[in-house]
Amino acid sequence: MEEHVRICHFRNHYELTRKNLMVKNLKRYRKTLEREVGRLEAAKCDFFPRTFELPSEYHIFVEEFKKSPGNTWIMKPVARSQGKGIFLFRKLKDIIDWRKDGSRSEEQKDEAQVESYVAQRYIENPYLIAGRKFDLRVYVLVTSYIPLKAWLYRDGFARFSNTRFSLSSIDDQYVHLTNVAVQKTAPDYDPEKGCKWQMQQLRWYLTAKHGFETVQTLFKEIDNVFIRSLLSVQKTIINDKHCFELYGYDILLDQDLKPWLIEVNASPSLTASSQEDYDLKYRLLEDTLHIVDMEGRLTGKEKRIGGFDLMWNDGPVYTDVGLEALGSSCLVANTHLGCVNDREKQLQQLLKPFPGQKKT
Amino acid sequence: MMDESTELSVSITQIVQRLKGTHLHSQLEKQAKECLHKPEIKLETLKDDVRRVLKASGWERKLQNAVYRELHVLPPPGHPRAPPEHTKEPLAYMLKAQASWEKRILKSLNSMCTELGIPLARKRPVMEQKELTNKWNEMGTDEPDLSNFRPVYAPKDFLEVLIGLRNPNTERSDDLTVKSHWGLIQVSLNVHDIPQMRETYAELGLSYGQLGIDDHTHVPPDLFESEHIHIGKKVVSEQDSAAAQQYSRQGCPTGLRAQLWSLILNTTNDPEDITHYEQLKARVIHHNLLVDNLIYKDVKLTASNDDYYFVFEDYLYQVLLCFSRDTAVLEHFNYNSASPPKSSIQSKSGSEQCAVVYPPNGVIPFHGFSMYVAPLCFLYNEPSKLYSVFREMYIRYFFRLHSISSHPSGIVSLCLQFERLLQAHLPQLFYHLREIGAQPLRIAFKWIVRAFSGYLSTDQLLLLWDRILGYNSLEIVAVLATAVFAFRAENLMEVTSLASAEAVLADLSTLKVMPLLQIFLFATSI
Repeated sequence: MEEHVRICHFRNHYELTRKNLMVKNLKRYRKTLEREVGRLEAAKCDFFPRTFELPSEYHIFVEEFKKSPGNTWIMKPVARSQGKGIFLFRKLKDIIDWRKDGSRSEEQKDEAQVESYVAQRYIENPYLIAGRKFDLRVYVLVTSYIPLKAWLYRDGFARFSNTRFSLSSIDDQYVHLTNVAVQKTAPDYDPEKGCKWQMQQLRWYLTAKHGFETVQTLFKEIDNVFIRSLLSVQKTIINDKHCFELYGYDILLDQDLKPWLIEVNASPSLTASSQEDYDLKYRLLEDTLHIVDMEGRLTGKEKRIGGFDLMWNDGPVYTDVGLEALGSSCLVANTHLGCVNDREKQLQQLLKPFPGQKKT
Repeated sequence: MMDESTELSVSITQIVQRLKGTHLHSQLEKQAKECLHKPEIKLETLKDDVRRVLKASGWERKLQNAVYRELHVLPPPGHPRAPPEHTKEPLAYMLKAQASWEKRILKSLNSMCTELGIPLARKRPVMEQKELTNKWNEMGTDEPDLSNFRPVYAPKDFLEVLIGLRNPNTERSDDLTVKSHWGLIQVSLNVHDIPQMRETYAELGLSYGQLGIDDHTHVPPDLFESEHIHIGKKVVSEQDSAAAQQYSRQGCPTGLRAQLWSLILNTTNDPEDITHYEQLKARVIHHNLLVDNLIYKDVKLTASNDDYYFVFEDYLYQVLLCFSRDTAVLEHFNYNSASPPKSSIQSKSGSEQCAVVYPPNGVIPFHGFSMYVAPLCFLYNEPSKLYSVFREMYIRYFFRLHSISSHPSGIVSLCLQFERLLQAHLPQLFYHLREIGAQPLRIAFKWIVRAFSGYLSTDQLLLLWDRILGYNSLEIVAVLATAVFAFRAENLMEVTSLASAEAVLADLSTLKVMPLLQIFLFATSI
């Protein structure tokens, strides 16, 4: 491949984006941490709900299942997106039936190989806003795995379920799944309604409810989810300096304001559900291309480009402001998810006109 | 004319009268009795000792807050011979105009009721009551057929009434003369100009820090923000209502706003308040009112379609349905130029018609009413707490936005002030817009009636409402309306029709409220 070519995927990104492989990598990384560093450090990886790959881990799953009867579990196909093939269950009987019978569609039966599923502990106490469940879509751009260099976008959104949350209606998949794709087919979906909040709106709401410090801690923990998940696949992903990848992370908050990783998407949806949504995705793509920097305008030492903040650069990245303003030796992380995104001004200051361009 | 000391004693008597028999009164008595057991209380100095203990335990502060609240709500004592109408509205022609407007609204409501054949109120059958109880937290999922209901009135209907207001004492000439007003409002009221406002709103000046300006990302927090937040925390821990109000003038930090507003409004969430709310809820369950449908329709048309507020749909029903049935709201009609509408309802025996206040709280909702509640959902999520705050805000401020009066915070004054400010400081713009048939008030009216709710982004709106609470006046709303026009003046000078003027001012969601206000008040040359 030529020097200047850039590809927007890593060859084996599925190590992170396929649910069964992600879980495997995370579990392995966690074990390594526990062995090499200790329990406390390993506990920082406890942001994914108990997950088992089926059919391979069926028996371990059953053991875990029996330990906590009455809990709800969610079954997800490994390689599908947009909420297809997902369902909830509480009794083993429900999946035994499913395993045996033709509740699978024709499409599935035609597939040569047995489709892999993961069974995951369902989070029964999600954080609700006005009785509605929501999840977060956050964008993380990785430009290199070895060394790991990752950027976090300030914008993002919270996707609300159109209906009110209650555990009694397991069959109503519209309640539990917050993917816009699924919501769009729900009977009371009103496209005018826009079931999304910008990340700024959400952060502001949470701050008004819980106070600045609590929300600050929450967002730090969310950063942790990204970093740990990327570190867990650092050694498995085939690094290539031509590659970069924009991930769409799905995060769920529970009532104790703990973030949970639901999944990572390597091809996050870029279709827009509204003008606001279009603007967000447009800016996101524009800034992604700025970082990829095919024009060679950047020095490589930048900590912020447009709406992206450098989150990890072979080590944690701290803001420059943090050190002076606080006066103590407290280091402030360089991420600003849900904060003001004055990217245009920043870009103007950052990008010098490239060679050949006349100065206006 | 009463002299100051008589006025003061009258006020004191009034306040004591109002506080007697309240929950706070019984709590204070209880506390006083309990502290008799304390060893430091001596019989000889009983009064002083008890006072000291109550002060130390924070009860004096609570009483102070309650008195402070009464001072806000109580109208100034008038002449002993003046009839009660004077407290509602001293100008007779305004009172009359309000009365005839009310008659119109009520007629419209009654005719809708007759047309649709729906009773104004009916008792719900048991099945329906049960269903509603189950669905209480998700009333938004209900999709009743509301196509036959129309809002009783919309802001623009109200504007027409205001435009038609005339003071019978002035020269009655419908021709446009040099003496008549350029704008739509044709009555003269005393409104403030910029030099006067610079004094009143001193804390918004350029030498003071503000939230909404000095908490911007590129301003180091040391300059203002950190200290301000620190002070805010102290104010909350001291539980001082007056201090909170003063503090709010420079903006409330997001994390403290809910507590600060609660303190300023002196709303509590005691068991007593929760019980009151539950009683209202029970009334909703037992009876269906015609206005309920109007509320549903309003929420569905406005808040549910708003990007920020759609989430809170259920809360809005929980608050507004209860609000309609709260007879405690009737008290505010003592100082409101409006009077509660009375409808004739068949008495139980069916033989006679008697006049009852309808709806029970005397407030007929209009199109957009739910937007008074929606922004508060960002701050409070316990229904009873949300309810208390909304009710207090309504009886202190919001009611003035849809009743005809001469009060400085009343809608007439606000509209006049807006027009006057615009004429004085942007005369070319005003003239231009008038010439193309785009009277500025026609565009700004909807913002003013809703105190900008639904037009600004929520964080900006709450910064504005911080100042409404801080200065205990809605005047700032009129000033902001003018400042918005000033900001978009260049574009507005280019337009040639009302429609294009509306288009220039259609989207206010990106505006930053505090810089606009500050520039207009303190950087406009006079």
